[in-house]
Amino acid sequence: MSKILIIADHDNGSAKKITLNTIDFAKQLIAKRGGSFDIAVIGSGVAGVAAALTGHGAGAVHLAEHADLAHPLAQGFAKVVADLAKAVGADVVAMSASSLGKDALPRVAVRLQAGMASDVIGIGDAGGSVAYRRPMWAGNLVGDVVIDTPVHVVTVRSSAFDAIAASGGASPVQSFAADPGSSRAKFVRFDGTQSSRPDLGEATVVVAGGRGLKDRFGAITEPLADLLNGAIGASRAAVDDGFAPNDYQIGQTGKVVAPQLYFAIAISGAVQHLAGMKNSKVIVAINKNADEPIFKVADYGLVADAFTAVPELVSKIKALRS
Amino acid sequence: MKILVSAKRVSDPNAKLAISGDGKWVEGDVEYVMNYFCENAIECALALAEEHGDVETVALGIGDSDETGRFVRQGALARGIDRGIVVSADEGTIDSDLIARVYQKIVEKESPDLVLIGKQSVDGDSNQVGQLLAEYLDWPQATFASKVELKGDQVEVTREVDGGLEVVSLSLPCVITADLRLNEPRFASLAGIMKAKKKPLDEYELDDLDLGDAAPKVRIAKMTTPSGRKSGVLVKDVDDLVAKLRGEARVI
Ligand SMILES: Cc1cc2nc3c(=O)[nH]c(=O)nc-3n(C[C@H](O)[C@H](O)[C@H](O)COP(=O)(O)OP(=O)(O)OC[C@H]3O[C@@H](n4cnc5c(N)ncnc54)[C@H](O)[C@@H]3O)c2cc1C
Ligand SMILES: Nc1ncnc2c1ncn2[C@@H]1O[C@H](COP(=O)(O)O)[C@@H](O)[C@H]1O
Repeated sequence: MSKILIIADHDNGSAKKITLNTIDFAKQLIAKRGGSFDIAVIGSGVAGVAAALTGHGAGAVHLAEHADLAHPLAQGFAKVVADLAKAVGADVVAMSASSLGKDALPRVAVRLQAGMASDVIGIGDAGGSVAYRRPMWAGNLVGDVVIDTPVHVVTVRSSAFDAIAASGGASPVQSFAADPGSSRAKFVRFDGTQSSRPDLGEATVVVAGGRGLKDRFGAITEPLADLLNGAIGASRAAVDDGFAPNDYQIGQTGKVVAPQLYFAIAISGAVQHLAGMKNSKVIVAINKNADEPIFKVADYGLVADAFTAVPELVSKIKALRS
Repeated sequence: MKILVSAKRVSDPNAKLAISGDGKWVEGDVEYVMNYFCENAIECALALAEEHGDVETVALGIGDSDETGRFVRQGALARGIDRGIVVSADEGTIDSDLIARVYQKIVEKESPDLVLIGKQSVDGDSNQVGQLLAEYLDWPQATFASKVELKGDQVEVTREVDGGLEVVSLSLPCVITADLRLNEPRFASLAGIMKAKKKPLDEYELDDLDLGDAAPKVRIAKMTTPSGRKSGVLVKDVDDLVAKLRGEARVI
């Protein structure tokens, strides 16, 4: 029997969809081990987020608020998570492998004397123990990991789980007196990337561009993304060269996505890039060099100059729709 | 000021990897390289030392003692790090938690003002050691750093996070983990390689470190190769692509 505590990801106003993927993880774990799950909403002025998560079958939604958590830093956030996990008697603490999850959950593990598995993509079995399945070597290998401590801490790869729709339950919201303690770290500022397009992790279409697009990165990717209501992504090389912001990066060290439709435009297909997109449903590669490894994973490959092929694609899809 | 920096060897992620007979790690006969993120951490330590002077830099590698020692010399000391420490341990079974506890013991011996570690190992991809260490020490941390500026006893760090860039300010001592855009790692010079041969390298066994319980908390039960994606087709032109996306794949 598990008592799972899910830490919600939110933007201070509403829960992020990745929280619903973590609920799917918890439900799969419960199907194997039995038990129940609670959700924790930690932040400042986030009662609305907690209220919005009461319909998913949690035993309780814990609301832990403190002014210092408006811009949570790992040290204080981890303390609150661990205090809450102890208070509710959780033996599994799970959060999506978001930047806050990666930043804070190892510290939670230390506080709970727990072993931790990062970026879990599935649940297996190893001689009767639960094994957490996770990618290693940029996804070239997969490890089944067993945690030998009474408490387990995991981060969950959202793209490997479904976003669970509300089931109509009415979990009680319970206040928890959050105390992030003191820290020698101070939040200075956040420079956000402005975008009106869907979030990379949530979009059903992703239009990703590589180094080959140079300073026309936006001019080539944006019209296609806008037409298909997609998000824009990038290879590391396109980010390194300054054509795209850092949070567009897809891959081993960036975001991991699995949309219905993924366009890899002028991207060569290095293993580190494939690590972030190879589980997409349909992959389209547009590249002028037919020998690139991206064509080995693409469902549809077009050998062409992106500067002419992508605008043509946009106008032909438009024509088809009108 | 003293900086402790990480130097881990990893099996080359670009090489063809084979799973070992017991299914729990990769085959012994693989090429090794310095973990890319450690190269960024080392470069950052060297740049801070050059900029601020009076900085002692120490590299720590944990693993097979002879091979790890060679990597610490070639990858860290030859680039300019002042001295090295090697702790021997079984690379196939040690977990991030035990590595963090080894770091903690070395921090207690060395009292560095700053610990600079890679954001993740490119073999296990765990992304844990820096954060675990910071909690064991009860120090502040700044992970995924793409910029590090030392300002007296404060360090200002730009972090690559979801949605953009976050700037935090920490007072020393603290832990920082390096992301790839932090810098462009230098190569070792010939003179550096010669000098590295004479630089001090301390060696410890796990037993020398008073770890108390030296058991890992996490173990790999089994490794597998994920089933690959089967390649698709090349389309003739944009019309063909549009037709297939609409007719066959039904995604537009
Ligand atoms: C530790 C580590 C982590 C990494 N993490 C990531 C990661 O998270 N994500 C990631 O993406 N990379 C990552 N990388 C980098 C990765 O190895 C590659 O270097 C990178 O993905 C290459 O990006 P690219 O395909 O855009 O550039 P390139 O490899 O330079 O390819 C450019 C492509 O554009 C094509 N092209 C050029 N002009 C045109 C045109 N006009 N029309 C059509 N095609 C054109 C070329 O044929 C070529 O295929 C990582 C590397 C390391 C070492
Ligand atoms: N065996 C090791 N020796 C030295 N440093 C290590 C070792 N393992 C991990 N590290 C450091 O800890 C970081 C995070 O590791 P990991 O949690 O394994 O992803 C790496 O980038 C290294 O900088």
